[in-house]
Amino acid sequence: MSKVPLGLSCATSIEGTGETITLAHGEGGRLTRKLIHEQIRPVLGNELLAPLGDAAQLPAVSGPTAFTVDSFVVSPLFFPGGDIGTLAVFGTVNDLAVAGARPLWLCVSLIIEEGLPLGVLQRVLQSIATAARRVGVQVVAGDTKVVTRGAADGLFVTTAGIGELVPPVAAGPASLEPGDELIVSGPIGRHGIAILAERENLGFMPAPTSDCAPLFDAVEALRRAAIPVRCLRDATRGGVTSVLHEWALASQKTLAISEGCVPVSAEVRGVCELLGLDPLHLANEGTMLIATPAEAADAAVAVLRQLPEMNQATRIGTVRPRGPAAVTITRLLGAEQSLVEPVGAQFPRIC
Amino acid sequence: MKYVDEFRDPKLAQRLVREIRRTGTRRWVLMEVCGGQTHSLLRYDIEAELADCVELIHGPGCPVCVTPAEAIDFARELSLRPGTIVTSFGDMLRVPGSLGSLVDARSQGAAVRPVYSSLDAVDLARKNPGTQVVFFAVGFETTAPATALAVLQAASLGLDNFSLVVAHVRVQPAMEALLEAPHNRIQAFLAAGHVCAVMGYESYSELVSRYRVPVVVTGFEPVDLLQGILECVRQLEQGQASVSNCYGRSVHRGGNRAAQECVARVYEIADRPWRGLGLIPAGGLALRSEFARFDAVHRFGGALTLPVVEDSGCRSGDVLSGRIRPTECPSFGRDCRPESPLGAPMVSSEGACAAYYRYRREGMAAAALNCELTRYPT
Repeated sequence: MSKVPLGLSCATSIEGTGETITLAHGEGGRLTRKLIHEQIRPVLGNELLAPLGDAAQLPAVSGPTAFTVDSFVVSPLFFPGGDIGTLAVFGTVNDLAVAGARPLWLCVSLIIEEGLPLGVLQRVLQSIATAARRVGVQVVAGDTKVVTRGAADGLFVTTAGIGELVPPVAAGPASLEPGDELIVSGPIGRHGIAILAERENLGFMPAPTSDCAPLFDAVEALRRAAIPVRCLRDATRGGVTSVLHEWALASQKTLAISEGCVPVSAEVRGVCELLGLDPLHLANEGTMLIATPAEAADAAVAVLRQLPEMNQATRIGTVRPRGPAAVTITRLLGAEQSLVEPVGAQFPRIC
Repeated sequence: MKYVDEFRDPKLAQRLVREIRRTGTRRWVLMEVCGGQTHSLLRYDIEAELADCVELIHGPGCPVCVTPAEAIDFARELSLRPGTIVTSFGDMLRVPGSLGSLVDARSQGAAVRPVYSSLDAVDLARKNPGTQVVFFAVGFETTAPATALAVLQAASLGLDNFSLVVAHVRVQPAMEALLEAPHNRIQAFLAAGHVCAVMGYESYSELVSRYRVPVVVTGFEPVDLLQGILECVRQLEQGQASVSNCYGRSVHRGGNRAAQECVARVYEIADRPWRGLGLIPAGGLALRSEFARFDAVHRFGGALTLPVVEDSGCRSGDVLSGRIRPTECPSFGRDCRPESPLGAPMVSSEGACAAYYRYRREGMAAAALNCELTRYPT
């Protein structure tokens, strides 16, 4: 954390002047109640949240459940294609979806920096509500803390989620076999570039847009079509490269992709060429990798392409017996090389 | 994408490879000057593809790599002072000086901020009048116009809280120094296309006639590089040595006059130490006396500290001067890896060691070894 109070590109300046969050909003007294009852409950309220007890009481579900948590510290709070609220809902819901669960309930924790305009908080709460409605989950519990100026950057959001596992659940990357096909659900790198362009004010026209979106419908479509999926994963931090390396490690196989097959939008490619970035390492927030047996790959791609946001789903590589490198990439001119994970984030605070 | 895809066309690339093979009767030794070219040559495997007919020595054209450790130490020291922010390009922040990198300093509480343009640093100074904003100005003739413009803008805004740590280097004196070095093997240069876009290529005529080496202005895409290599081989086979431009879509003979004038107004030519290569006469730029108030050394007093002793396990000087390949360094892939670099060429996105680690079979083996070491129990 910088020791110099910069006040730069501060997310809190977006809404201009007006009522702001103060430390008193977090002290548990009248202002805290006012915040919860006047701002949060009307937007996020439902029958499970309504009692506002110390813990939500949830109905029984018929089978096993999945449970996950994710924290969001994205800077800036608002970016083309989404904001920290949509990200906090879709991020956690996507973790449940790729684990094979139908998302049911979310718990939302807000850490607010003193001085955040109330209008900013309202916008984020609305986004959370809209995103939750879109994927059919309820926010059933939450917490709010206010910290002194400088102790956070506007707003941090943590969401935990519970989902109901829907069989058959993919066996996971340890089940990968030589010959399996690797599929990506759409053009990669859009979230990373959208955040970078917005934060650094790079001034691209049109502004690159994040792919921030829920993945449950796609997972469900594959399930309904009885596609035998080995494993799937949303390619968030570290991008496609990280997922491939994790799968290679878990399976002790080599994952081989072809550079020319990986879909990248013209705008992402343009920015990457200009700044020397590799789209394979960039974050996505609504794009996933899927592995299937070879004979199921065409059907899987066909199912995904029927979904409007995944009409560019495509095969990008195959699984091989373990070779000298964990992940390889065949370059445009035909050379096959190791695809090395970058060291350190290409740029931080993307989600 | 227009102007990129056609220069990555596999068929055209193969045709050029065949043409180079047909033209060459012996194995010529070429140096690609720029680290961006090195990365392309390795990424597209051109170096290995042509290994039997040309030897490519990788040049020192990675500005981050040749920035002296003492300049990094100075910037680092400034970043730790209260009320001071040090800004630079992302790569520069990760290169270790003798006491660590600027990113390391940031984790200790220093104010360090990556920027994408020197003008962003001016903007930062304008918006934070109570804070000293220092821009760590590195790079060849390609980035010097923008930092010169930043100084002119700061001057016209009357900013007294903006300054530069100037570590700009000039590429042509370094090429001359390499040719003068004992045991020099370079027979032709692929000159750095982007430097020529600014500076033009007229000034190479003197170097070409003095040393009888072809200098071919070359771009960064596979087809650009292959065209540059073909032109070098053609000249060498015919016993010619001339300046030739194979990057016509970006480079004109005279370069960008407006950029040159901007640089000349703010900077003067100065002797400068290059990391790994030593002092190169006329090898860098320094602020002119009328802009001395924007020189961080002038503003903050003190000076660049004495030259520091480099890590003995790192042979980046030999790599930067083309005496050895990165894989010939005993530390490569063992003690020196991108996540724990001993020298700048393993850090920078234009560094030769990073290129070998990322793209070459030896790098693949090292990465695989690294991966085995970090296997977790399941």
